Amino acid sequence: MELNRREILALSGGSIACFALGVSAVSTPALASATDERIKAFAGDAELREGRISLTAPEIAENGNTVPIEVKVESPMTKDDYVSEVMVLADGNPMPGVITFLFSPMSGEATATTRIRLATTQNVIAVAKMSNGSVFMEKKNVKVTIGGCGG
Amino acid sequence: MISRREFLQVSVATGALLGTAGSGAWTALAARQGLMSEAELLAFPEFGNVTLVHLTDIHAQLKPIFFREPSINIGVGEAAGKPPHVTGKEFLELYKIEPGSPEAFALTYEDFAALAKTYGRMGGIDRIATVLKSIRADREGRVLFLDGGDTWQGSYTSLKTQGADMVEVMNHLEPDAMTAHWEFTFGIDRVREIVDNLPFAFLGQNIFDNEWDEPAFEAYKMFERGGSKIAVIGQAFPYLPIANPRWMFPKLSFGIREQNVQQNVDAARAAGADVVVLLSHNGFDVDRKLASRVTGIDVILTGHTHDAIPEPVIVDKTLLVASGSHGKFLSRLDLDVRDGQVKGYKYKLIPIFSDVITPDKSMTELVDKVRAPYEAELKTVVGKADTLLYRRGNFNGTFDDLICDALLSEREADIALSPGFRWGTSVLPGQDITVEDIYNATGMTYPAAYRSEMTGARLKEILEDVADNLFNPDPYYQQGGDMVRVGGMGYAIDVSQTIGNRISDMTLLKSGEPIDPQKTYIVAGWASVAEATEGPPIWDVVTSYIKRVGTVQGKPNQSVLVKA
Repeated sequence: MELNRREILALSGGSIACFALGVSAVSTPALASATDERIKAFAGDAELREGRISLTAPEIAENGNTVPIEVKVESPMTKDDYVSEVMVLADGNPMPGVITFLFSPMSGEATATTRIRLATTQNVIAVAKMSNGSVFMEKKNVKVTIGGCGG
Repeated sequence: MISRREFLQVSVATGALLGTAGSGAWTALAARQGLMSEAELLAFPEFGNVTLVHLTDIHAQLKPIFFREPSINIGVGEAAGKPPHVTGKEFLELYKIEPGSPEAFALTYEDFAALAKTYGRMGGIDRIATVLKSIRADREGRVLFLDGGDTWQGSYTSLKTQGADMVEVMNHLEPDAMTAHWEFTFGIDRVREIVDNLPFAFLGQNIFDNEWDEPAFEAYKMFERGGSKIAVIGQAFPYLPIANPRWMFPKLSFGIREQNVQQNVDAARAAGADVVVLLSHNGFDVDRKLASRVTGIDVILTGHTHDAIPEPVIVDKTLLVASGSHGKFLSRLDLDVRDGQVKGYKYKLIPIFSDVITPDKSMTELVDKVRAPYEAELKTVVGKADTLLYRRGNFNGTFDDLICDALLSEREADIALSPGFRWGTSVLPGQDITVEDIYNATGMTYPAAYRSEMTGARLKEILEDVADNLFNPDPYYQQGGDMVRVGGMGYAIDVSQTIGNRISDMTLLKSGEPIDPQKTYIVAGWASVAEATEGPPIWDVVTSYIKRVGTVQGKPNQSVLVKA
């Protein structure tokens, strides 16, 4: 191969490196307090407990623009004991609120899936409120990488 | 400011050695010098009723090669100081291997160039064919032969034939199943075309259609051998859409999908499996964590990270087997399966010493046939290596330094970036560098050598990101290859830190000045995962550079300061 002078000095177009920049890392994350405030407003005086709620999300997002997540809450879903709502937050997005799913005993089971956009590596937080007012929370760290090199 | 001379690559302190201690078959062989005979290499005690034979990460190497094992392979978190993160002398001590012995040559980097002259090349698919035939003859009706993937990519001929050479040769070896990684870099259409005609199973429980989240390939297959039912679950490389170009297989999603592994194990057990095998391309540390969290897997045949470990690593009740790369080794694991359970095992990591093992004639002929159209080009001498050229290791290897030098020089760049691939063969001091050698280090489907502008801040961000992909203490957050190789710039790295805090002292080597976060630098690199990257293929850049310098003088890289 012979590169001529112009080719030698030509700059490549597009986003480059070993790394394609999928999502801009430059964004203003919501203040941690904004996330905390949302959780507090949702939970009221109830204690945040672990268990019963499971959040499935990839460890590393394949595409930060569309990250699949699933929330599932263990509940008999009867009229005396059911999941009333599940709030999903992303604490590193400019606005932490993602979605709130509403359930009733008629739902049969408290499961929901959706795809969310993540600006950068951050925690996805799911909080479930039960019909008796108790609240359960789970958190998953999802990494949004600017890319890796092969392997 | 740190000057070039002050950057010294320090050896990494090895932590407490945990896991298995050396006590296996290698110990007996290690006391002697000189190569063993073929019969000794193949000897195996009569045991059990099922034999698993594992070959992985051959990276399209059909002929015997030299491949230097890493000198630096740092484990973090719970993997610190455990195999495979033990190298050199510590490795020899752990497994009681005599320095200078054939095993030391096969398994470590110590005295590699000198020992290579004594013990010769390793691998060669015709030698592997001989070993496989011998095992099948010995264990008729009891053998499962499994290919862990990274089989179709990594050579001149595999690139030119889009993997057809490897498919033809592997079909001749008659594997029972395979999984995949680099296979997908030929594009989804080519993968489908090959898989549709494959006479054996192509498995990946973690490959899904990303639109409907439905399985895109078979998850597992049940086999019957030696009177037992064996379920083989495939696990493709979990981070293909991140570490490799997503646009080449835009409708697929991967991931570890641990819960799905458990569901497949449970399904296989419910279907009557006596033995459950995970044929995995996760990488060793990911598999070690997976084994501690998923129940019911008897054996994980690991891959991706190219580790060769002489004994299985045992996690709870799961045996983890690591069979090396580039055809250097074939693993044989004999299992005693009774009453729906594995009662015992015997294992041997069989080193494929090409001077000792007789090539299988029909396979030699097939290899010659698939290489014949390219033989003249493959043999073409481009230059000469004055010192050992190798790639494998967490930081720079001398072959990568050569590639970085070529990028800096041919593209007039300030800084060069070269991906930390684990594949690529070694060239001995004094050897000619051929076209084949260059493609063994560069042959892949997105080779464009870009030339771009980046700020110092952006460069730091890239190094931090890649470092976190390699040194995140949670293996599930590790992806891709070794650390990106850097030319024209020195830096210090503290692997124990968190993302954003590992890299410091970035220095432009040509001026000795610290990298200015605001300033823009000309950066040349290759293997961008972005679509439509512009630039000449990297092999042309490297060829043109070697032609110009004639003899390549590889010097020890002293521009990365490692703290661990």
